[in-house]
Amino acid sequence: MYVEMKGICKKFGNYDAARDISFGIEKGKLAAILGPSGSGKTTILRILAGLETQDKGDIIVEGKVINDIPASKRGIGFVFQNYALFRYMTVYDNIAFGLKVQKAGKEKIDERVREMISLIGLEGLEKRYPDQLSGGQRQRVAFARAIAPNPQLLLLDEPFAAIDAKVRKELRSWLKEMIQKVGITSIFVTHDQEEAVEVADDIIIINEGNLEQIGTPSEIYKHPQTPFVAKFIGSSTVLEDLSGFKGFEEIGKGKKVIVRPEFVEAFKSDNKKFHDLIPAAEEGVIEKIEFRGSYLEVTLKVGDVSLITNRSLERRNISIGEKMYVLLHRIYVFEDGTAKRYKNSLLKDVDIELM
Amino acid sequence: MKKAGKGKGKVVIPGFGMTMGITVSMLSLLILIPLASVMAYSFKMSLPEFAELVTRPNIVQAFITSILCAFIAAVINSVFGVIIAWVLVRYEFFGKRLIDGMIELPFALPTAVAGITLTKMYSDNGFLGKAFERIGIEVAYTKIGIVIAMVFIGIPFVVRAIQPVLEKLPRSCEEAGLMLGASRSVVFRKIIFPEIMPPLLTGFGLALARGIGEYGSVIYISGNSEKNKTQVVSYIIMQKLNSGNVDYEGAAAIALILLIISFVMLFVINVIQHVASKRTSA
Repeated sequence: MYVEMKGICKKFGNYDAARDISFGIEKGKLAAILGPSGSGKTTILRILAGLETQDKGDIIVEGKVINDIPASKRGIGFVFQNYALFRYMTVYDNIAFGLKVQKAGKEKIDERVREMISLIGLEGLEKRYPDQLSGGQRQRVAFARAIAPNPQLLLLDEPFAAIDAKVRKELRSWLKEMIQKVGITSIFVTHDQEEAVEVADDIIIINEGNLEQIGTPSEIYKHPQTPFVAKFIGSSTVLEDLSGFKGFEEIGKGKKVIVRPEFVEAFKSDNKKFHDLIPAAEEGVIEKIEFRGSYLEVTLKVGDVSLITNRSLERRNISIGEKMYVLLHRIYVFEDGTAKRYKNSLLKDVDIELM
Repeated sequence: MKKAGKGKGKVVIPGFGMTMGITVSMLSLLILIPLASVMAYSFKMSLPEFAELVTRPNIVQAFITSILCAFIAAVINSVFGVIIAWVLVRYEFFGKRLIDGMIELPFALPTAVAGITLTKMYSDNGFLGKAFERIGIEVAYTKIGIVIAMVFIGIPFVVRAIQPVLEKLPRSCEEAGLMLGASRSVVFRKIIFPEIMPPLLTGFGLALARGIGEYGSVIYISGNSEKNKTQVVSYIIMQKLNSGNVDYEGAAAIALILLIISFVMLFVINVIQHVASKRTSA
């Protein structure tokens, strides 16, 4: 492991910002620390940077314990949420700052700054001040400034939070591409699961100061290890009692069950494709239909539970109050602290995901 | 006038005509007309008379004393003003609000009260005066005394100018400097100082202008001795109006010079601020 945190604890008064956090990241990887706001994710990043001091635990970078090295000597690049560009310096001087502090030669500084400016594609804007740049341009400058002194690790705190939705998607792929190009080990903090899944190689999920799970996006999606992760990743519905549903009789009462929209299939009674599956389905009534841009989010009432499914816009029109068959083909059940996948037993060999 | 009021489009609270009228009347009655009369009175003198008056040694000396002491006081205020503003913005401590409120005391306190109190404390039988005397420094009735009085009345200008800017300066800017490998002193010099420079200049300028024209708090502690060169300009003006034959023109002539100094300083401050704001935004 290139970067390692071992048993990190941090308290702010009575509030636990980090409880025995341990994880490792391999060299060259782009990792996301994901969690809801107030979960302690930024604190972990700041401890790693040396901007906060942990109460307990070790930080190891390249095999060296760096606990006692001050922030300014850790050789870690940091991109702040508000970018924290120096207002009274031009784009050029902002990027050159770290190199000047290292007392690099003038020519070397100039060469590196020009390289950075062309990397971020802001040629011609060297003499602008930060207030004269757009949000996206500012982020690029903040990125260039952080990596100009060749840090061994790059940390980014909510790098996309201050940018409007339209530019955000574009910047995400830009940042991922940049980090791959530079080949720097990076960790970013985000509360947006979509962002984490899209950008990161590894995701570290934090909740209330606890590390919930670490893994690749697909691992976390397919094998959530805690109820929190299962709920947090994907838009899930939590059900307390599923005993009335066909095909899941084996699951006893009183167990927490998590259902994702992908696990629910709703079809009209005259749908030939699903006709054979009617015995495994329940009857439901459409309660709510929400347009989500490229699909519909449909809420169906089945007995006294509400289930959500996503429906392609290519399929037939539906309306509120309409009766449909609702087929629940897969669920997560929490037993002894882990999530187990269950398949609708009436489906036998039919794999609904391949249909 | 009406056109200008309507040009802004619909506003929630109407009454441009009335508020503008009040503004212009207040400005005229309280500022413009009195200032113009100062000029009018001083222009009653011929130019040679004017030149002769303002180049009299005691008057030139008074200007030197006023400007020099006010300058030193403004420099001292700039240093301590930054420190006080820093403490008030960056740290939480018991009694912070009380201290924050006390900053304005020199504005609210009658200057005569401040003058008498400072004189009593720093005279050779006051407790601070005694302490200074032991190390061979005389404070009251010297230029040091004048500087102390001017520091007292000028400190709020600097603190209140810098405070809002420091409050707005995100801590992440300093942290960004640290993360790039800068030492604390480099962070202060290269990141924080450029931010507080424009308001510091404003505060410095206002403290200086106030110091040059100060009367109430200075005249008690200065001793007003021509021999010791502790007469300040406003004392000279007062003298002209106090003595048996009131020399209103002479007083106005000296006042005019003070007025010009104030205007020049305000102008310079504004130019500097304009340039500074132009540097960072489009």
